[in-house]
Amino acid sequence: MLQHPGITTTDVDTTKAVAVLALDKVTKTFPGVKALSEVSLSLYPGKVTALIGENGAGKSTVVKILTGIYQPDGGQILVDDKPTPFPVPQAAATHGVTAIHQETVLFDELSVAENIFLGHAPRNKFGLIDLAAMTEKARALLSGIGADIDPATKLKDLGIASKHLVAIGRALSIDARVVIMDEPTAALSHKEIEELHELVESLKAQGKAILFISHKFDEIFRIADNFTVFRDGQLIGDGAIAEVTEAALVKMMVGRDVSQIFPQRTPNVADTVLSVAGYSHPTEFEDISFELRKGEILGFYGLVGAGRSEFMQALFGITRTSAGAAEIDGAPVQIKSPADAVDNGIVYVPEDRGKQGAILDLPIFQNVSLPSLGRISSKGFLKLAEEFALARSYAERLDLRAASLDTHVGNLSGGNQQKVVIAKWLATQPKVIILDEPTKGVDIGSKAAVHEFMAELAAEGLAVIMVSSEIPEVLGMSDRVIVMREGRIVAELADDDLKPETLVRHAAGI
Amino acid sequence: MLKRLITSREALLVGAIGLLLILISTRFSGFAAPSNLANVFNDTSPLILLAIGQMIVILTKCIDLSVAANLALTGMVVSMVNVAMPGLPIIFIVAIAIGLGALLGMFNGILVWKLQIPPIVVTLGTMTIFRGIIFLLSDGKWVNSHEMSPAFKAFPRAEILGLPVLSWIAIFAVIVFGIVMTRTTLGRAFYAAGGNPHAATYAGINVGKTQFWAFTISGALAGLTGYLWVSRFAVAYVDIASGFELDVVAACVIGGVSIMGGIGTVAGALLGALFLGIIKNALPVVDISPFWQLAISGGAIIIAVILNAQANRKKGRIILKQAEQAS
Repeated sequence: MLQHPGITTTDVDTTKAVAVLALDKVTKTFPGVKALSEVSLSLYPGKVTALIGENGAGKSTVVKILTGIYQPDGGQILVDDKPTPFPVPQAAATHGVTAIHQETVLFDELSVAENIFLGHAPRNKFGLIDLAAMTEKARALLSGIGADIDPATKLKDLGIASKHLVAIGRALSIDARVVIMDEPTAALSHKEIEELHELVESLKAQGKAILFISHKFDEIFRIADNFTVFRDGQLIGDGAIAEVTEAALVKMMVGRDVSQIFPQRTPNVADTVLSVAGYSHPTEFEDISFELRKGEILGFYGLVGAGRSEFMQALFGITRTSAGAAEIDGAPVQIKSPADAVDNGIVYVPEDRGKQGAILDLPIFQNVSLPSLGRISSKGFLKLAEEFALARSYAERLDLRAASLDTHVGNLSGGNQQKVVIAKWLATQPKVIILDEPTKGVDIGSKAAVHEFMAELAAEGLAVIMVSSEIPEVLGMSDRVIVMREGRIVAELADDDLKPETLVRHAAGI
Repeated sequence: MLKRLITSREALLVGAIGLLLILISTRFSGFAAPSNLANVFNDTSPLILLAIGQMIVILTKCIDLSVAANLALTGMVVSMVNVAMPGLPIIFIVAIAIGLGALLGMFNGILVWKLQIPPIVVTLGTMTIFRGIIFLLSDGKWVNSHEMSPAFKAFPRAEILGLPVLSWIAIFAVIVFGIVMTRTTLGRAFYAAGGNPHAATYAGINVGKTQFWAFTISGALAGLTGYLWVSRFAVAYVDIASGFELDVVAACVIGGVSIMGGIGTVAGALLGALFLGIIKNALPVVDISPFWQLAISGGAIIIAVILNAQANRKKGRIILKQAEQAS
């Protein structure tokens, strides 16, 4: 097993095959973030290479570089050992590189055949699309990969697994040499996963090079030939999967000093403030029960798609549950809308700042006061002085850096936008605060500030729920951690059980 | 407060209107005289009223194409009420106009809120329905000047402090809605619901209900304008104010109201309406052919859209960078 950051490894497998597609010491920097630092990666014909890493390790950036969406700042892309830049996505396609994404990027309103051949449809002698030929070719392609799908069906009428098959059909139709699969099984059922694995085998047999991104160790060991592990944008190790153990992979993936960057706190846990019993949803989560105490930080860990955010949204009244009850301070509460949740002292700071957090076209003070308007108005008229005072006090508390409270939130940096969102919720004087991926996409400096602040909130007696997919953050901040997998709670960990390996094992079900 | 009211976009429009007036004055010196400007303002008052309502609707990411039809239907109804009951005091006529207009607006709002039909489809439909109802009510006949009571016709023309009531109503609406939009929770909800519906939902704002109120306000203002329109022109028929909804939307767009929702002010709607009103009043007097008049009006709209797009573009880039970092 190799463990040497930044060093290129060639001929990973004992064969002397030339890599179809490789990255050679590629670096990619975004303002404030070094996403990739001299990473190398080689894909061989007929081999499946698993790319492993935590969220934020740089996997998505690699996919975007390999498909020509991002340009590397340093290093090069090698096709058949020859340096080949991919200045545009079409260049990647021309060289036979195709990606199948987590969420399929196809066209719902077009037929299966049209989706497969969009952009390179067979033409008849008048230069028009030859529908009959296209349908026939699509049928042949699909049956070739064992998919029983009528090419005339509209894509929107297919399930997610069938959509993946169509995406794969499309990949084959452009004569792909390299197929990148970005967490293809994240949203699939057990049976569909089996079918996908068989398909990967058949692609292998056809000599395609496959880059397989997955969090699930069982499938990595089942279908991958080689592995490459990234952590924090660096190459940590690579080699043949047969020569490595699960434990070693987990260690490479998460192994770093966890404690140093997080605030030291002595949890002062008091009475139960929130208790949830049997929360269920027909499709997204089942039987979620836990208790949350004052002054506590409760971490929710799980893989993407484990149902954590979905449950939190239900707890906050955005979506309805099919069963379950909640109590605040021992009294039953009915939460049917976000307004109910806010009234009961529960607030939710969503993951997607841009989409669900702040209103970018409104000034800071109006964003901060938005959920508290009822308190700072009388008969529908706002008391502007109180509104400003409210905004000012929370902006100061959070050390919000802006020219004035009149500044539009859209003009602030990511970290300061996050502070606006947090200020907005604190201003409602909540009892329970749910932070969903609080530091996702936030630069290092602001990250530490958010962590400090979370510790302060808990110290002041607030109960904090933190949903996070970053293991160091979960371990560094939480007093207790609930691990979810496939919509269920699979473990509740505290004290000595809080180890990276344990978290990953429970989350991945190994 | 004042600083916030007159943001750069509004200041730009004031500048553009000033420039426009100077330009027109070089061709026709009497245009910028106070008495003529007062006439232009009075002429533009219906457009101002409707633009305020439309601005609120567009703020919430919707659009109301039925305003002109609402105006015509309400105008026809109050005219027929007046013909049937010539003695009914004007205050009741005004109340009927506002009430009926609001009801028609609520109908749009309910369809958008409860059935989640896209607003452009809803109001395109109700636009035709409202015009159809006028035809059914009137049998396609006109209500003419001599059938209307003198009081009915006199109201919008009556002068207070040298300005007709029509102008005062527009001024009053600008002030009232200026306050509503900046000083009330409802006003804030309009901005929040359109600026970021998801975030508004999380903050406990019912986005659909907010849109419903926007349509109701737009409808009420259209109804009020309906009475003012038929009494001022002393005629009501199926096709009055035909196509006027496009002028209203244009006034909003010129006034810096973002068609994507979330951005816009009463001052912007007022200035956009005035800009369009001045062009429409000035072009005939400076001897520009009607064909060019249309082209110039259209050109002004496109230039305004381009300027707004430029203003919004920079912000988009910043967002994208953060999106990249997040990946």
